[in-house]
Amino acid sequence: MAGLVKAFGSGAMTNSLDDIVKADVMLVIGSNTTENHPIVALEMKRAVYDFKAKLIVIDPRKIRLTEYTDMWLSQKPGTDVAVLNGLMNVIIEEGLEDKDFINKRTEDYEELKKTVIKYTPEKVENVSGIPADSLRKAARLFAAAKNGAIFYCMGITQHTTGTNNVLSIANLAMLTGNIGRPGAGVNPLRGQNNVQGACDMGALPGCVSGYQNVCDLGIIEKCKDIWGAKLPEKGGLSVTEMTDAVLRGEVKAMYIMGENPMLSDPDLNHVKEAFEKLDFLVVQDIFLTETAELADVVLPGVSFAEKDGTFTNTERRVQIVRRAIAPVGNSRPDWLIISDLAKVMGYEMNYETVGEITNEIASITPTYGGITFERVSKESVQWPCPDATHPGTPILHAEKFTRGLGKFHAVEYKPPAEETDKEYPFVLTTGRLLYHYHTGTMTRHSMGLDEVCREARVEINPEDAKKLNIKDDDWVELISRRGKVEIKACVAPRVPKGTVFVPFHFKEAPVNMLTNSALDPVSKIPELKVCAVRVERA
Amino acid sequence: MAKINLVINDRKIETEPGKTILEVAGENRIKIPTLCHDPRLKPYGACRVCLVEVEGARTFLPACATEVIDGMVVKTNTVPLYEIRRTIVELLLSDHELSCVTCESAGQCQLQDLAYELGIEENRFEGEKHTYTIEDYNPLIERDLNKCISCGRCVRICEEVQQNSIYTFANRGFDAIVTTPYDRSLIETKCELCGQCVSTCPTGALTEKMSRYKGRIWEIEKVKTICPYCGCGCELEIQIKNGEIVRVSTDVESGINKGNACAKGRFGYDFVNHPNRLTSPLVRKNGELVETSWDEAIKTVADKFSKIKKKHGSDAIAGLSSAKCTNEENYLMQKFMRAVIGTNNIDHCARL
Ligand code: SF4
Ligand code: SF4
Ligand code: SF4
Repeated sequence: MAGLVKAFGSGAMTNSLDDIVKADVMLVIGSNTTENHPIVALEMKRAVYDFKAKLIVIDPRKIRLTEYTDMWLSQKPGTDVAVLNGLMNVIIEEGLEDKDFINKRTEDYEELKKTVIKYTPEKVENVSGIPADSLRKAARLFAAAKNGAIFYCMGITQHTTGTNNVLSIANLAMLTGNIGRPGAGVNPLRGQNNVQGACDMGALPGCVSGYQNVCDLGIIEKCKDIWGAKLPEKGGLSVTEMTDAVLRGEVKAMYIMGENPMLSDPDLNHVKEAFEKLDFLVVQDIFLTETAELADVVLPGVSFAEKDGTFTNTERRVQIVRRAIAPVGNSRPDWLIISDLAKVMGYEMNYETVGEITNEIASITPTYGGITFERVSKESVQWPCPDATHPGTPILHAEKFTRGLGKFHAVEYKPPAEETDKEYPFVLTTGRLLYHYHTGTMTRHSMGLDEVCREARVEINPEDAKKLNIKDDDWVELISRRGKVEIKACVAPRVPKGTVFVPFHFKEAPVNMLTNSALDPVSKIPELKVCAVRVERA
Repeated sequence: MAKINLVINDRKIETEPGKTILEVAGENRIKIPTLCHDPRLKPYGACRVCLVEVEGARTFLPACATEVIDGMVVKTNTVPLYEIRRTIVELLLSDHELSCVTCESAGQCQLQDLAYELGIEENRFEGEKHTYTIEDYNPLIERDLNKCISCGRCVRICEEVQQNSIYTFANRGFDAIVTTPYDRSLIETKCELCGQCVSTCPTGALTEKMSRYKGRIWEIEKVKTICPYCGCGCELEIQIKNGEIVRVSTDVESGINKGNACAKGRFGYDFVNHPNRLTSPLVRKNGELVETSWDEAIKTVADKFSKIKKKHGSDAIAGLSSAKCTNEENYLMQKFMRAVIGTNNIDHCARL
C-alpha cells in the first residue's frame, strides 16, 4: 500500500471488478487468484474465454490460473523487482513505452530509465530463472495491450522488498500508460474481507480514517470538534514493532480485537514470548484462539452474521452488512463492547445504532463523505465519494493522479533478507488454500470445509522429494533458523525445485514458527513469503 | 441508444435492442417459464418450455435465445404453447423420482412449480424409469440423478463460468445422464466444490449436504449480507431457521458476484453456530480463565488500562484492530485508542 501511495497518491485498487473483462492483457503476479479471490478469478477466466484477453501469470508455483494461459513465468521467490525491471528494460529498449502518457502525466522517468536499462533479460534470467526469451515475449505482449491490467496480492507485498515490488508494478503500469481507463490499472487484491476497510478507518499508526495524517492540522482540529479529544502527538507502533516494544518493556498492555497473531505473525516463538511478558492482555474474539488462550480478559464478540455495519471490498466498494441472527449466547457486537469500555473509562461514546457510527465516519472522512448509513443501505458505493450527490468512483486517477503527477521510482533488485545456503537449502514460501482462510478461526470451525481439507501438508517438488526419499504423506521436519515444524509431505509438481510451500491456516503445523520477521522498511510488512529451511524426514 | 417497440401479449413495450424476448418479458413482469435458463449462462434453448409465438415466424421460438426486433409481436400464453409445455413437463416427470415430500428443493423447484402451474395431476407417459444409485461421498454436495432433468445447467456453469468442466453428458436421449470423469466423486476430480452447479440446478438433483433436513424454503428467513472471507465482497443470502443458519444462497440479480460464490462463501458458515463459540466473558483468576459477567469484565479492563496509563503513560498500551470486523468497529477501535487511551499505537494484522 505504501508503494502505491508514493507513486500515485492513493494505495487502493485503481479499477473495478466489473471492468476486468475489458482488459485485453492481464498480468497477474504474486496472486494465487483462483484460490484466494475466486470471484476475481472468474472474471479473469471470462475475459480469456469470452473476450479473448491474454493472460500473463508470474508466480513461482504452477498455480491453477496457469491452466488458462500459455504464458507462465516462474521466478525464483523474492526476485520480483528484477523481473519487473527486466520487463521494463525490454519495453524501453524496443521503444514500446507510452511516451505521451509519460510526458503528460508522470515525473522522474529519466531516473527509472537509467536503472532499468541495466536489467537486460539475460541478467534477469540469471537472477530469476526466467528464460530471457519468455521475458521478452511477455514484455512485448503487455506493451502492445490497448488495456493492460495488473493484479497482485500478498506474493508481492510480503517481502522485505514489498514496497519496492509495488513501486515496480506502478512503474510498469505508468510506463505503458495503463492507468485511469477501464480494463487497465494497478489492482492489489485484498486478502481479508475488510482489510481495505480497516485501513480506510484508520486502524493504522499514522493515520485517522481516510488516510488523514495524525500530524495534519486539519484532522487535529476536526477530531477536537467531533471527538472532543486531542489527537496524540507521538507516532504509533506498527504490529510487528509492537512485539519488539513489548519485549523491551515499553508496551505493557495490549487490546486485540478479532485477530490471532499467535498463528498469523512471523517468528511465533518471538510473538509468544512477547505476549507472555505483557502485564495485561485483552482479546476480543469469537473463539478461544491461540492468542486468546494467553489473555487476562477475553471478551466474546460476534461473527459477521450477528451484526450490522459496513465492509469495504477490494475495489473500494462500501457494502451493507446485515444482522441475520441474534448474538450467540452472551456475546456482544464489537462496537457495543468498545463503547461500553470507553464509557466506563470516562469517555462518552453513546451510539444507539451502528448507523450513527457510519454517519460519524462520513462526517470526519472526506473520502467517505457521501456514504451515509441511509445511502449504503440502499446501494453500495465506491469511495472516494465526497458528498451525497457524488456517484462514487469506479476508476481512480482518471484525469490526474491523486498526487498530481504519477511518480516513477527507480528501484534496484535486492535479494531477500534470508537466502538459502548449505545448511538451509530450501526456500520456504507460505500462503492460503482454497478451502481455508487466514488462521482458520472460521473455516477450521466449519465442518464441511474442514472435512474437505483437514491437514496441513508441505508441497515439495518431485525431484527434491526423490533426492530426500520423501513420499506423499510421509512426515517431515521443516527447520529454519527460528524453529521447527513437523508436517506431512505432499509431492507436488506445482512447486519448483528448491522451493517448498506451506499454508498457514493450521495450528497443528504453525508454519510461522519458521518464517522471518524481517520487515519491509516502509510498509512494515514481514517477509512471510521467503525464508530458508532444511527438510528432513521425521 | 436507439429504442425499439414490440408487443407482448397485446401489451405495447418500448425497449433497447440486444435483449432477448425472455429478458424484455421479465422486465415487464410477464412470466415465461424456463428450465434450462440461468442469466449467468449463455442462451441454450434446449428445454423448450420457454417457446413463444412470434408473428411471421414459421416455428415457435425459444424466448431465451431470440433477440427482440422492432415491430415484433409476441404471444407467450396461447393454447398450443400450453400444450407443448404440458407435454414437456409430463415427459420429464415420467422419469423423475417424485419424492417432493422430503426433497430439499420442494418449494423452490422449477419443475414442481411448472407442474403445479400447468395443473398436471395425472401423467400420460407413465413408463420406464431410471434408478440411479450414485453416492458422491464429498462432504458438501449431494448428487441425486434420479431427480435430474438433463437441463445441462450444471454442465454449462462448470464449463462457462467456473471453467472447470467437471461434468459431461454421457449416453444419449432417454439414457442421457450427467457424469464426472470416470464417474468419480467430485472430491477426486479437479472440482473446487464451489457449489455453482448446486446454485443453478432447477430441481433437487444437486443440493447442499450440510443443509439436509435443516429447513425448506417456506420455513426460512433470508437476509442479504456480505461474505466474511476474502476481499471480493460477495453478497450472500443467509437462510435462517429458528435462529440458526441452515444454508447460504446467492441472488443472480444482485451483489458484485451476481449469483456466483466460492466454497468458502457457500459452505463456510457453520462456524457461526459452532459449540466452541465463546458465549461469556472470561477473566483469568489463579491462572485459569473463568466465566464472568460483562460488568466485571469491562470494569477489570477499564481499571487495568487506566492504571497502566497513569503509571507508564498512554504509549504503554497498544491495540490491534481487525480486518474481519466492520468499518464501524475499526473506526471505533482507533478512536478508542486515540481519544480514550491517548496513543497512536493502533494497527491491524493483515497488511493486504
Ligand atoms: S462444485 Fe463447482 S467445480 Fe465442482 S462440479 Fe460444481 S460447478 Fe464444477
Ligand atoms: S443435475 Fe440439475 S442442473 Fe444438472 S442437468 Fe440435472 S437437473 Fe440440470
Ligand atoms: S464467496 Fe468466495 S470469492 Fe466471494 S467473497 Fe466469499 S470467499 Fe471471496
